[in-house]
This record gives sequence, structure tokens and C-alpha cells, in this order.
Amino acid sequence: MPDVRDVGALMSVTYDIAARDFVRAGEAANKLKRLLQQLGLDPAVIRRAAIAAYEAEMNIVIHSYGGQIKVDITPESIEIFCEDSGPGIPDIEKALQEGYSTASEEIREMGFGAGMGLPNIQKSADKFRIESAVGRGTCLQVTILHEAGE
Amino acid sequence: MKLAEVLEALSLAVDDPEMLDIEVEGGYCSDLLSDVMAKAAAGSIWVTNQAHPNVVAVASLIDAAAVIVAGGVQPEEGTVNKAQELGIPLFSTDLSAFDVVGRLYELGVRGSLRNG
Repeated sequence: MPDVRDVGALMSVTYDIAARDFVRAGEAANKLKRLLQQLGLDPAVIRRAAIAAYEAEMNIVIHSYGGQIKVDITPESIEIFCEDSGPGIPDIEKALQEGYSTASEEIREMGFGAGMGLPNIQKSADKFRIESAVGRGTCLQVTILHEAGE
Repeated sequence: MKLAEVLEALSLAVDDPEMLDIEVEGGYCSDLLSDVMAKAAAGSIWVTNQAHPNVVAVASLIDAAAVIVAGGVQPEEGTVNKAQELGIPLFSTDLSAFDVVGRLYELGVRGSLRNG
């Protein structure tokens, strides 16, 4: 169960993401989407948050040894923090290029690994920050403003 | 257009009659999940050859009207269970994706892209 705390105007929720669990993959993003719908947020903003959370979740499932997605909802924005332990990304610039993927053939046959994950997150984000340490893991921070909903 | 009309054109039956009333606002056809996430509009009927459970997770995230698994691919048990759990209408057909889309187009369903 996600840990939801309502601290005044700030709501914070954390989802644990298991590596290689393709049956449950996408559940965290779906739970987040439902929460944002319950809060009555703008559908375009919810969709952008759903895209960012889904792609981040799939990256953790496919590439890492496991991780967490923490989401803070403030009056101004949705802040999505992702952290995994894993092999990390040696060349972030390359990883951000559309079409570039290190996913295996088996993963690609399932319709993942199109090299669209990080670019989709970037396009959905008003602010985007990624840091990675090879052999340790990757951190991702995405900000989606309520106002800027396209 | 109601899902009932679409299912009739594809000779598909439904278990839950409530699903017949679902509004189909357009269509999208792709096997790349990130592509569907980024581009398919809410209310789309999604035609794909993918049949694993993550398809249902994506369909739910984009508020798809329904998922048609084409090409005689049988959805895995986990996919069917997840579809029931999340309330996503999921169908499979021996028709190819091309023929499914062709019939939908003939019916008046048009491709629909997300704004922005």
C-alpha cells in the first residue's frame, strides 16, 4: 500500500517499484493517476503526470534492481522523484535521444524499449533533472505545474 | 459512437452489457506502449497485437474506451484478470490489425491524437 500523508497543502505519496515485475508494472502510475483524479486536477496535467510516472516506473522495472517513486503534490505543482539502485546510465545525453535504447530484444518484443521513455518524460515535464552514477543507480526529478497544462 | 456498434462490426461479444454504452471517441493503432502513452487520445479504441498485462495498465492510464488484441493473439490470463480489475473492455479477434482498423474506419471511427 502506498504511504499517503496529508501535511496541510502538501500531499506526499511513495510507491515501491520491483525490478522485472511486468505483471504489476504500471500499477504505481495508475494509482497516482487515480489519486490526481480524486483531487480534481486538470485532465491534461493528470495525463502529463501519468506519462512521466509510467515511463519512470517502466525504466525502473526494465533497467534497475528496484526503486521508489515519491510524489509530492503542492498547490503549484506535482513533483515526481524517482530513485533506483542499478547499473546507472553511462551516457545520459545519449539516453535522452529519441530512439536510443539499451533494452534487450525480449523487452522490445513486448513493445517497450522504443527509446521514447526519457524523451516522453522530458516532454511532459516543466522541469526535468536526471543524475546517474554508474554501478549505483539513477535519480530523476520531474516537475509538472498545474498552471502550464497544455 | 457506442462500443456496441464497434463490437457488432467486428463480430465480437461482450460479457458485461454495461460496456456496450461506452463512448468510442476515436481510434489508435500501435504496438509501442510509449507511443500509445504519449499520443493516443482519451476515449480511443486501441488496436494492438500486444497481449501482456502492461497493455491494460497503459489502456487505463490513457482512459482508453477499449482494447482490441488483433491477429489471433490470445491475451494472457494475467491480462484478462487485470482488465477485469481495472474495468477495461478487452477483446481479441482473429482479424489482423489492418482489418480491424479498416472496419472501424468504415464505421466512421477516426484516428485521435492527444492534444499537446
